[in-house]
Amino acid sequence: MSEIAAAIMGFLGGMVGGLLGVGGGILFVPALAIFLDESQVSAEATSLLAIVPVALVAVWRQVGYGNIRVRDGLVIGALSPLGVAVGVVTSNEISQRALELIFAGLALAIATQLVLRALRPADRPCD
Amino acid sequence: MERSPDATARTLKLAAIGTAGGLFSGLLGVGGGSVIVPLLIIWLGFGAREATGTSMMAIVVIAAVAVTLQAFYGNVDPSNAALVGLPAIAGAFAGTAIQQRIPERLISVLFAVLLVLIAIELIVR
Repeated sequence: MSEIAAAIMGFLGGMVGGLLGVGGGILFVPALAIFLDESQVSAEATSLLAIVPVALVAVWRQVGYGNIRVRDGLVIGALSPLGVAVGVVTSNEISQRALELIFAGLALAIATQLVLRALRPADRPCD
Repeated sequence: MERSPDATARTLKLAAIGTAGGLFSGLLGVGGGSVIVPLLIIWLGFGAREATGTSMMAIVVIAAVAVTLQAFYGNVDPSNAALVGLPAIAGAFAGTAIQQRIPERLISVLFAVLLVLIAIELIVR
């Protein structure tokens, strides 16, 4: 049963990923940790492998829809390995609780910004 | 090709977004998109659809690098990744198709809702 639940979470994660441009780790990590009994660090690592095909499919579709700025995406992607390396090493050195609280705080700050922005009167052509 | 100061500043912002996205990807396994998408919207004025599409392109690189590094620590379980990742491919088709049919502001608000839910889950864990 837990495998079925994990697969359903996987589908939903891919859908949320395609919809919101986040890869799907936001749901893959809890699916792996809760239903497949992985530790937080292991779930985060395994979710990265699941993210790769999701991102490839989403890029393929979004190129077709005309929603990708190729150069910008490449600059962001090219500069990220430095951050990734620091992040991976750090995640193996600090406590899982600290990781959870860091992400929780970050997520709330970003959410607030996005809602404030969406509620603001349009200052440029929009939809 | 000559570059204006604005273009240079913009490239530096993209580089900073990439580094920040990579850092949190390595830390949290979230692919970096939760950092990249809002920064592209808030900092560079991208539309929500453009931000998510461009983010996905960066995520391909970020996730591939991060999973390689994590594999060296022995943290990756390929069979579990397949169990979650194969259904997720179908989900990604559905998600990108749905995204083309809803307003950009709704995409931003849905993004915010998702982040709040995840934050709550992490805090009470």
